[in-house]
Amino acid sequence: MNRGSLAKILSMSAVGALALTACGQAGQGGTTSEDGRVQLTMWTHSAGNPAELEVYEQIIDDFNASQDEYEVIEESFPQGAYNDAIVAAAAADDLPCLLDMDGPIVPNWAWAGYIQPLGLPQEITDSLLPTAIGTYQDEIYSAGYWDAALAVLARKSVLEENDIRIPTIDDPWTIDEFDGALDTLQDAGYKTPLDIGAEDSGEWWPYAYSPMLQSAGGDLIDRDTMLSAEGALNGPEAVEFFTWFQEAFEKGWVSSSGTIGNEEFDKGEVALSYTGGWNALPSLEAAGDDLLFLPPPDFGKGPTIGGASWQWGISSTCESPEGARAYLEFSFQDKYVTAFADNQIVIPATEGATEASEYFGPEGDLRPFVELSQEYALLRPETPAYAVISSTFEKAGKDIMNGADVQSTLDGAVAEIDANIQSNDGYGF
Amino acid sequence: MATVSLTSRPASRTSADRVEHVLRHRRKVWSYVAMSALAVVFLFPLVFMFVSSLKPDAQILGDVGSPRAFLPVGDISLDNYFGVFDRVPVGQFLVNSVLVTVLTVGLGLVVNSMAGFALSRMRWKGRSVVLALVIATLIVPFETIAVPMVYWVAQLPTLVMEGGVLKYDFGWLNSYHVQIVPFIANAFSIFLFTQYFSTIPKSLDEAARIDGAGWFTIYRRIIVPLAGPAFATVAILTFLPAWNQYLWPLMVVQQEELRPVMVGMQYFFQLNTAWGEVMAYTSLITLPVLIVFLSFQRAFVSSVAASGVKG
Amino acid sequence: MTTSASIPAPPHAAPEPGTVEAPRRRRIAAARRSEGRSGLAMATPALLLLLLFLVIPVLLAFGLSFTNARLISPNPPRFVGLDNFVRAFTADPTFLRSTLNTFVFALVIVPVQAGLGLLLAVLVNQKVRGVAMFRVIYFVPVVTSIVVVSILWQFMYEQDGLVNSFINTITFGAWQGTAWLNNPSTALGAIIVLSIWQAVGFHMLIWLSGLQTIPEELYEAARMDGATPWQQFTNVTWPGLRSTMVFVLVTITIAALGLFVQVDVMTQGGPVNSTTTLVYHAVRKGYREQETGYGATISLIFFVLVLIVALVQRFLTREKD
Repeated sequence: MNRGSLAKILSMSAVGALALTACGQAGQGGTTSEDGRVQLTMWTHSAGNPAELEVYEQIIDDFNASQDEYEVIEESFPQGAYNDAIVAAAAADDLPCLLDMDGPIVPNWAWAGYIQPLGLPQEITDSLLPTAIGTYQDEIYSAGYWDAALAVLARKSVLEENDIRIPTIDDPWTIDEFDGALDTLQDAGYKTPLDIGAEDSGEWWPYAYSPMLQSAGGDLIDRDTMLSAEGALNGPEAVEFFTWFQEAFEKGWVSSSGTIGNEEFDKGEVALSYTGGWNALPSLEAAGDDLLFLPPPDFGKGPTIGGASWQWGISSTCESPEGARAYLEFSFQDKYVTAFADNQIVIPATEGATEASEYFGPEGDLRPFVELSQEYALLRPETPAYAVISSTFEKAGKDIMNGADVQSTLDGAVAEIDANIQSNDGYGF
Repeated sequence: MATVSLTSRPASRTSADRVEHVLRHRRKVWSYVAMSALAVVFLFPLVFMFVSSLKPDAQILGDVGSPRAFLPVGDISLDNYFGVFDRVPVGQFLVNSVLVTVLTVGLGLVVNSMAGFALSRMRWKGRSVVLALVIATLIVPFETIAVPMVYWVAQLPTLVMEGGVLKYDFGWLNSYHVQIVPFIANAFSIFLFTQYFSTIPKSLDEAARIDGAGWFTIYRRIIVPLAGPAFATVAILTFLPAWNQYLWPLMVVQQEELRPVMVGMQYFFQLNTAWGEVMAYTSLITLPVLIVFLSFQRAFVSSVAASGVKG
Repeated sequence: MTTSASIPAPPHAAPEPGTVEAPRRRRIAAARRSEGRSGLAMATPALLLLLLFLVIPVLLAFGLSFTNARLISPNPPRFVGLDNFVRAFTADPTFLRSTLNTFVFALVIVPVQAGLGLLLAVLVNQKVRGVAMFRVIYFVPVVTSIVVVSILWQFMYEQDGLVNSFINTITFGAWQGTAWLNNPSTALGAIIVLSIWQAVGFHMLIWLSGLQTIPEELYEAARMDGATPWQQFTNVTWPGLRSTMVFVLVTITIAALGLFVQVDVMTQGGPVNSTTTLVYHAVRKGYREQETGYGATISLIFFVLVLIVALVQRFLTREKD
């Protein structure tokens, strides 16, 4: 009797386990659909972002209808969870055929062998903004439909009232001028004159602040060798910049708290905001004709802003790379690139799409971002070490913001980056 | 009145009673005041969450420094809830979480109570070593083994239906069972069952043995019916982590149709966070837990009390 | 023999051979064998699952901790001996700080949360109307997801958030708050407060269960002897709570040492390492920065430290019995 009921329980749980096993398993890579098409799985980071998903769905529908060899199947992830999900999938050897990646991590993925050379026709890659292409060791691994750009947002009336010169792309603020403007604005009653988004975390930090470091003459790594951060991230220029950065918080020019986004500027609580084009529309609504998009200040070597946004690559486990290429080729049509740009408020990657864009075309309200991107955009270092550089830079930057000693913090960051590069045998450089 | 003559007995009785009555009354008032003040402390973040879910983003941020944060005032609407349903397949996520939670808790009750029974009431070789090892595993936080776990479950065998045929495959990623099976056995549950079962008199088993009952029958017919409080306690305590799973499904589940509720939270953290929708979504996913808890609270509170946990 | 004593007639106490009939002895032996088999069989499902999903991953982590394995890399992992351990103790100040923070957190949380839990339990153990409602209210944060709780408190801890406006109100503006999570000297404290708020209800219930096992007659006897409420507490309540206390201490300690979610959501270890913990550092290194081998090393060190703490605690609480 006792063994009978025990056996019953065991067999019941075995059946249950089998039933569970049978559901929920998805075909990956090169499985075929019922009508004999090769299925291409595709992951995006766009869950929860209907404006972007809408364009992808359009492209996929059009592509699937345009031929009968391939069928693209899309799976979207929320951005905050995307990197965690994709790294786990890579470790488990379970990547989809097509996946999008933030530009700066592309070399890391290429080095690790998770993505393969893109192999798109040269006329497509040549037509794209240089910052919309991801390379490693002179080989193209990814391409994107857009780039983003940062600018300093201001109200014309506020600058004029306070006798602050309005800078132009040809004649940006020098750092002394900029400091003076912040002092003036603080005296004029702005408790925090400038919002630089320091309350944000993650990739925003290197994206927004490492260009300032480069403008001051420092860098994240020695780009000639890609083997050490010594001298670049802890040299006198870097120390000078980070000292400025720390003092900006001490003096109250900028704040480490507040809300992510551009609300403070739109409500007039801050006079200047260093932010991305994706925040520009609500500000246009709030300030109208009074709104200015200004170049960031020149810390010494000319203004710099970050380049490279999300881009597409093909995994090396993809069983049908021709299919994946066919899809990507299809997707780089100007009409789709324009749709992304206008839905997402990002700079179109092709000239044709830019001309057709409502916001970024010659008469568009956000045209200045195109010019800023062309003039000043600089890629983050194209090395597999970027993953650790990014995380280390953010940590060091935040520590300095919170009062840590500048030189020793930067020395620690350099030691950490260099140790990592060494333990990875130079990452192929 | 405070000083009572001890000599006149009848008088002392009544006035002592009165003193005690007044004291008791005063103490009662004070404890109500204290308990109410604490209730405010424990509830206000949740009130903030529910109230904010009715407000537009700008107003949430504007109200945050004033008592208005707790009051449904200003521009009140259900817009955030509509926004949530537009952005996230809430229904699907809820179904997934209910499925994962119910199976994890249900199978866990069976498996862990059987182990607790074997460890507390039966004699077998290696029992005390096993018990010590089970207790030792309590110190392993899941986050520290998450990465090896991903590697490991990606190697485990599984059966798949392909074109109507059962096939053999490797890799547990992207399924319901990868969210359930690793969390069925739980050292803490086994420990609680072991504790509780050992308080039930052994003579019951012996009597049943003499009547010819097998061990499984003793477990099923005698011990389980007597251990309701332990089952209720373990059920609630395993329900919470199963419902709140976050890091693990993030790593091992790629299909949207299989995601649980906590992962859905990330949908609102875009370039600019939609705070109103975050509040609405957190309210939505907290509500089922509160309802389950409130409907079982009487049983639960008394069951923890009854299970008389021992160290 | 599969078992030790406690069958009515233990082997060594058995009478001369021959006085008990052979069939009965065989029956006892058979029953013991069956008990051994059934016991193992009933424990097997749980043990197998624990082996598969806890022991094996832990062993994998042990193995990885002696290699330079990376989550993403074209290079196969190399055996590097104790390099990772040397790095942790000599070249990773964040690791040392994480260890310190973890123990500071636990040292504050354990007594404060246990004490407050007991206080709450005593409050809600009174026989007054509506007391059940208060028990429920104090338990509500426990059933709320810690991720949700962390996001809510992050809001309240801002410079112009609820916490500061409350402080401002009750001190009539005399005391200006800070941005609690951005200030290296307050961030860990802020996380401690939130963690206690979230979990104290659970330990209130555990204490309550202990309180309710103390017979009412003991209190009556104490009152007859003229004991004050405080004397009743120290002479009746506290001694009756010893085993509950051990349980509460052990569970709080283990939970406190594993601090992760609050840090991950609210501060990411900052500002200036003031809130980084061992588990957080292990995840940051091993997963986010992809140094799987080194992350596993930190986890391994963590297990050993927790085990030591648990054994010390067990020793200390044993001694008094």
